[in-house]
Amino acid sequence: MSEIKLDVKGETCPVPLVEVRKALKKASPGDIVEVTGTNPASKKEIPMAVEALGMELLDITEENGIWKIKIRK
Amino acid sequence: MVEKATIIVHSGDMDKIYSAFIIANGALSMGMEASLYFTFWGLQVLLKDGLEKSSQSKMGMDLEMMLKKANVVSLEKLIKDFKELDGKIIACEMTMDVMGIKKEDLREDLIDEYGAVGTYINEARNSQITLFI
Repeated sequence: MSEIKLDVKGETCPVPLVEVRKALKKASPGDIVEVTGTNPASKKEIPMAVEALGMELLDITEENGIWKIKIRK
Repeated sequence: MVEKATIIVHSGDMDKIYSAFIIANGALSMGMEASLYFTFWGLQVLLKDGLEKSSQSKMGMDLEMMLKKANVVSLEKLIKDFKELDGKIIACEMTMDVMGIKKEDLREDLIDEYGAVGTYINEARNSQITLFI
C-alpha cells in the first residue's frame, strides 16, 4: 500500500478533479491519494467524485486557503 | 452498468470545443464514461491541422487572453486527459462523405470509432447525459 501525493495548487477547473481521477485510476486498491489545492470549487467537487466512484473520503482540511483531501481507493 | 455522457460536437468554435472537453472530462472524473461524437464543423477540428486552424480563426483574442489569465489549461491537455481517462471519440461518417474527408485526413490517433446517426443513438440511449454543442 502506498501514499500518493498530488499538488494542484493554483490549478483551476477542471484540472484538480481530472488529476485526482487520473491518480485514483493508477492507484491500487487500498492506496491513499492525498491532494493539495487552492481552487474552491474543486474542494466541494472532489468529495462528490469520490462518493460517485465508491471510494473512501478519509479527511478534508483547510488552512490559509490551501485545502488537503485524503482519499482511499 | 456504468453511467455515461454522450456529447455531439457540431460546432467548430473553439470556445464550444473547450466546453465539450471540460464537460466530458468532468464526467469521466466523476466516474462516468464519456463519448464525444464529432460532426460537421466539429469534425473539421479533428482534421490533421484542424486544432491550430480553429484556435487561430475561431477564438477571439479576448477569450484567449481571458483563458490564459485564469490559468485554464490548453486544449491539447484537455484532449490528452480525456484519452487517458478512456474517453471515446467518434467521427461522423456522413460528414466525411458530405465534406469529402478521408480517414487519413483526420487525427486517426484520437479517433476510436467511425459511425453515423445510428451509432450516436445507440450511445445516447444508454446515456444519462446527452448534449448537443
